[in-house]
Amino acid sequence: MIINLSSPHIHGGDSVRMTMISVILALTPAAIVSVYLFGWLAFLLITLCMVTCVATEFISLRLMGRPATPVGDGSAALTGLLLALTLPAYIPWWMVVLGSVIAIVLGKQLYGGLGYNLFNPALAARVILLISFPLNMTAWIVPMQVAAPVIDLYNFSDCFNLFLYGPESIARTLDAITMASPLGHIKTEWSQGIGVTEALRNYDYSYLNAFLGREAGSIGETSALALLIGGIYLLARHTISWHIPFTYLATVLVLAAIFNMIDPAHYAPPLFHLLAGGLILCAFFMATDPVSSPVTSTGRIVFGVGCGILTWSIRTYGGYPEGAMFAVILMNCAVPLIDHYCRPRVYGH
Amino acid sequence: MLHTLLRSTGERPGIFSGGIEPEMSKITAGAPISTSLIAPVYIVPIKQHIGEACTPIVSIGEQVFRGQKIARSQGYVSVPVHAPTSGRVIKIEEHAIPHPSGMGLPSIFIEPDGNDTFDQSLEPITNYRERDPAELRERIRVCGIAGLGGAVFPTFIKLLKDQRNPIETVILNGIECEPYLTTDHRLMLEKPEAIVAGIDIIMHMVGAKKAIIAIEDNKIDAAETMRDLLESQPELEHIEVRLLPTRYPQGSEKQLIQVLTGREIPAGKLPMHIGVLCQNVGTTRAIFDAVMRGRSLTERIVTVSGDAVPRPGVMRTRLGTPMRFVFAQHGLEDFENVHLLHGGPMMGERMKSPDVPVVKSTNGLLAMHSKTMMKAHRVEQPCIRCGHCGVACPVNLVPNLLADQCRNEQFEKAESYNLFDCIECGACSYVCPSNIPLVHYFRYGKGQMSQISRAKGFADASKERSEAREVRIEREKAERAAKRRKVRTEHMPKPAEEKSEDAADSKDTES
Repeated sequence: MIINLSSPHIHGGDSVRMTMISVILALTPAAIVSVYLFGWLAFLLITLCMVTCVATEFISLRLMGRPATPVGDGSAALTGLLLALTLPAYIPWWMVVLGSVIAIVLGKQLYGGLGYNLFNPALAARVILLISFPLNMTAWIVPMQVAAPVIDLYNFSDCFNLFLYGPESIARTLDAITMASPLGHIKTEWSQGIGVTEALRNYDYSYLNAFLGREAGSIGETSALALLIGGIYLLARHTISWHIPFTYLATVLVLAAIFNMIDPAHYAPPLFHLLAGGLILCAFFMATDPVSSPVTSTGRIVFGVGCGILTWSIRTYGGYPEGAMFAVILMNCAVPLIDHYCRPRVYGH
Repeated sequence: MLHTLLRSTGERPGIFSGGIEPEMSKITAGAPISTSLIAPVYIVPIKQHIGEACTPIVSIGEQVFRGQKIARSQGYVSVPVHAPTSGRVIKIEEHAIPHPSGMGLPSIFIEPDGNDTFDQSLEPITNYRERDPAELRERIRVCGIAGLGGAVFPTFIKLLKDQRNPIETVILNGIECEPYLTTDHRLMLEKPEAIVAGIDIIMHMVGAKKAIIAIEDNKIDAAETMRDLLESQPELEHIEVRLLPTRYPQGSEKQLIQVLTGREIPAGKLPMHIGVLCQNVGTTRAIFDAVMRGRSLTERIVTVSGDAVPRPGVMRTRLGTPMRFVFAQHGLEDFENVHLLHGGPMMGERMKSPDVPVVKSTNGLLAMHSKTMMKAHRVEQPCIRCGHCGVACPVNLVPNLLADQCRNEQFEKAESYNLFDCIECGACSYVCPSNIPLVHYFRYGKGQMSQISRAKGFADASKERSEAREVRIEREKAERAAKRRKVRTEHMPKPAEEKSEDAADSKDTES
C-alpha cells in the first residue's frame, strides 16, 4: 500500500460505506411500510432485487478481473433497494431479475463502476423496464388486500405463487387484482374528456390516504410519510443537502399552483402533485444520488428546478402518467454542463 | 443573481464559507510552558525561512555566544541565523532538516559550553515610540525574525510603512486552529504583556490606528487574560479582543481577515492592499524581545503532543535542538511504529526521522500512533461526487473536479478552475468519504503547472532570441550591402576587397 505522506494526516472518518448504509437506513421506513401495504409481495420483491444487484455486481467485477472489494461498499444493495421501491408490487420475477441486472451492468459497471455512472442506475433500469413492459409496469396491486375474492397479500404461499408463476396460478387475471394509480387515472379520464376534479371524485381520492400510502402505486413511493422521515434523517445527517429536494418539490408545487389557479379542471392541484407518484421518492432519494447530480450548491438548485419543471410538464402534457423518473434521468444528462457553469465564485475573484 | 444570493453568506463579518470542525485534541492546553534542557549539540540549518539561504560567517573551532549572528542573509527575502547558545562551532556540513523528503541543508553544529552567555552587541530600544520605524525594521531583520506560525516569511518585509497602502488594522492571529497545537494559546496566557507591547511596536511601525486580537472560543482563558491586561492599561484602548467561534481553518490569513473585516483579499494581492496586517502570536513576542531586550531569535515555543507522547507539553526550545532530544524530555524515546509530524495534523509535514533540528517554523512536534494517523491513509476509492469537499472548501473551489483534472493531467483546465487559489488547508481531504488525497493532487498539479510555465517561458524566450537574431542578421546584411554600394559608387571596386567582405559576411551568418 502506498502511504501518502502529504497532509492532512487525520481524517473525519466518513466513508462511502457509511454513506450508502445511511441511505439504506433512511429507506427502511419506506420499505417497512411497503411490506405493511403490499405484504409478502413487497418482501419478495425487495429481497430478490437486492440479492440480484449484489450478485450481479460481484459477477461483473469478477468477469472484468477486478477485485470484488467494492461489493462491500453497499452501493449495489442500495441500488437494489431503490429499484425495488420503484416497482409495482406484482411484476413477474424474471422482470425483477432483468431490471436488477440492467441497473448494475448497463447503469453502472459499463460506465466504470461506482462514481462514473451518468444516470442513477436504479432509475435507468426502471425506465428501461417501463418502456419495455408498459403493461406490467403500470398495473398496480390494490394495497392491503385481505379479502378472499381477490388475493390475500399477507398469505405467503399465495404471494409466492403469484410472484413465481403469475396470476393464472392463483386463478386470477392481472386486471382483477390491480388498479390504476391516481396519476394514471386522471390522465385516462382527461383523455375521455373528464376534468381533474371529477376524476379525483370518482377515484375516491383522499389526501390522507396518499400521505400515509394507502393508494395504488410502486411499493415504496406511496407513503409520503415514510419517505419524509427518511429524507429528514438524510438531511439531518448531511448525507444530502437541502438544495435538490427543496427546489425540486417547490418547483412542482409552484407550477401546479399557478396552473391549477388558471384552470382547475385541467390542471391537478399542487398537493395532489406532491403526494402522487414517485415525486417525493425521486426528490429525496433519486435526484440526490450524488454520483449523477451536480456537486455545487448552485448546480443543485438548477438541477432541482429542472427536475421540477420536467416532472410537472411530463405529468401534465406527456404520454406517460408519471414524469418524475424521466425528469431525473433527463437532468442527469445535463449534470456535466451544470457543473461547469455553476461553480461558486472563488475567494478574492 | 443566484450566485450573489448564495455567496452573500460568505461575506458577512464573522463568517467564512466552508470550513470543518475536526476533533481538536488540545491535550496540552493546561500545561504551563516548560524550558528545554541544554542539548548536547545544536544543529543550525543556514536557511530557516522562505527565501534565500544564508552564508555561514563562522569558522570551525570558533567560540560563539548566544544570539550571535553565525550566518549572513543573502538577498532581500532573507534573514540571518544566530547561535542558539554559547559554545564552539564543531563542524559545518549538510544535515537533514524537517522535510517529508528527508532532504538536507548545510548546517552549523555548535557544541554548548554550558554557560549560555549572551552576545551583548544589540542595545535594547525601550523608547520605541520615539524611534524611526525604519530603524526598528532593521532591528527586526538583523534579529532573524520570520513568521513563527509556520510560514516563516521574513517579518521585516511586512512591517513597512507604505504610503500607497497604509495599514489601518493590525490583526494578532491568536486563532491556532490546528488540532493539538497550543503554542500560541500558552504564550498568550503566560506572556500577555510582551505580546501586547509587541502589538504596540508593530502599530507604531506601520502607523496603524487599531488592532484586533482574534482568539477562538476554545481559548476563552487566553481571551480573558488579554482583556484583563488591556483593561488595566487605558492607553491601549485601540486594541480590541475578538472571540470567534472555533472553526478550521480560521487561522488562515485570508479567512481570518474575511471574518474580522468582512472583506476578501483580491486574488493576487496581499493583506496590506486592503489595509490589514496579520501577525502571529509567537512572532509578535519575538518582535518584543528583539526591540525591547535586544535579543535575536534563538528560541521558540513548541507544542510536543500526539497520542504517542507519554508526557505531552508545551516547551520553550532553542532553535537547532535535535527533535529526538525534545521528544526524550517528554518521555518518548522509542520511535518504532510512531509517526512524526512537524506542525499540526492538518497542514504539518510528515518526518522520516527524529534526527532533525527544531527550526523557526517548528510550531509543533507531534508523534502519533498508526491508528490515529492511518485514518487518512485508507485505500483511495472512486469519487462519489458527494460535494462535501466543496462545502468544506474555505475558498469555494470545487475540489473533486480539480482533483480529476490534476489526475488526468489537464493542468491548464485546472488552472482555469482556480487551482492556484487553493490554500492547502486540507479540509477537503479531511471530509472526503472516498479517502481521496485531494490536497496531494493539488500540490502535484501546482508543481506540474509551474514546470510547464517555466518550460513555456524558456521556449518563448528562445524563440524571441532566435527571431531577434534573424532580424539583426538581416539588418546587418542590408547595412553592409548599402555600405558596399556606397563604396562602389565612390571608388572603383577592387576585386580583393569584394572577396574579403563576402568572407566576413558568411562568417557572421554562421556564428
